[in-house]
Amino acid sequence: MTVPADAARRRIVEIFTSQEEPLLRRWSQISGAPIDELRDLHQALRTALVGDADLADVRGLLGELSRSRARQGYTPSDTARVVFSLKEAVYEQVEADGQTEALRGFAWLSRLIDDLGLFTFETYSAAREKIIIDQAEQLLELSTPVVKLWEGIVAVPLVGTLDSARTQVVMEKLLQTLVDTGSEHAVIDITGVPAVDTEVAQHLLKTVVAARLMGAECVISGIRPQIAHTIVTLGIEFGDIVTKASLADALAYALTRSGVQVKGAATTRVAVRAERG
Amino acid sequence: MERVPILKLGDILIVSIQIDLDDQSVLTLQEDLAETVVSRGARGVIIDITAVEIVDSFIGRMLSTIAAMTRMLDAETVVVGMRPAVAITLVELGLSLGGVRTALNLEKGVVMLEHARSAEG
Repeated sequence: MTVPADAARRRIVEIFTSQEEPLLRRWSQISGAPIDELRDLHQALRTALVGDADLADVRGLLGELSRSRARQGYTPSDTARVVFSLKEAVYEQVEADGQTEALRGFAWLSRLIDDLGLFTFETYSAAREKIIIDQAEQLLELSTPVVKLWEGIVAVPLVGTLDSARTQVVMEKLLQTLVDTGSEHAVIDITGVPAVDTEVAQHLLKTVVAARLMGAECVISGIRPQIAHTIVTLGIEFGDIVTKASLADALAYALTRSGVQVKGAATTRVAVRAERG
Repeated sequence: MERVPILKLGDILIVSIQIDLDDQSVLTLQEDLAETVVSRGARGVIIDITAVEIVDSFIGRMLSTIAAMTRMLDAETVVVGMRPAVAITLVELGLSLGGVRTALNLEKGVVMLEHARSAEG
């Protein structure tokens, strides 16, 4: 770096450091960002300017800032404007100083700030990209297949957390499959559902009632002991809806109901019953 | 005013609703149906709502009323061909059509009535 450029740089850093308070106030005023947030940035930037111009810390802070703002729904322009408004704040100090050196230094600092502004933009899009990928994964979870177990018997293995939107999709898909395949029995298997609360139970009941309205019978299977406990504790009434412990039991039940003879299905139950002399 | 035709198949009456029902046509249908059940000595009624895309609480109540009415005249009512969207709407409206038997399609409805009759003996 040439000698005059070096002097200009020194001068601007001096202004940047000595006029910290007015600079921060003006910056906060222009950008509308809280002053504490800007103080951290200012400190990191000053350290970088005085030292070896290593901007790693500043970039780290800016990255944090734009990520959090991306999540809060700010536009990338808003975030970049916070950085760019520093230029205006610094320029006012430079003008008050009135020296040519300072002006020359300002041009140098301005380029630096531009780079930082663009960096926030990049971080912003990276953060958004991540949000989109996460959402795509969540959408993938939504896809729930309806599988045919037997002629006239279909099953929906539910995996993952159930919410209203997802239950709606499952319900529509199941009912449509009932119509398409002419199945009179449906098994809803909730082995993969981690927790059942009143809302989830409500959704399940609605699905069963809707299937009944269309002329099909629903069996709910895969209720784990903890879930059975929760359901009873919550006081949820399943009414006359048939529930089975496992998918196998539910299939055996549906087969029997549709007139297919199942041999040996009941033997699993014999062991449970205590023998009396 | 449009009238819903009532078809006779053996001792079963088939009502296929193909029109947009208004209050008046619903009332007429109920009267016609009650009269036909008696005059033809029908033992079962099938109401086919495959073509019905939109339901409200009024139509839901109509189905319940017809079922209760025909039961008094010793005929069982089966509602067949309900679309998934219609079923979901009825559930959201809180109508479970208590006392109304349902079947997926006309064929299964006929089978259901025959079963019910053979069970009675």
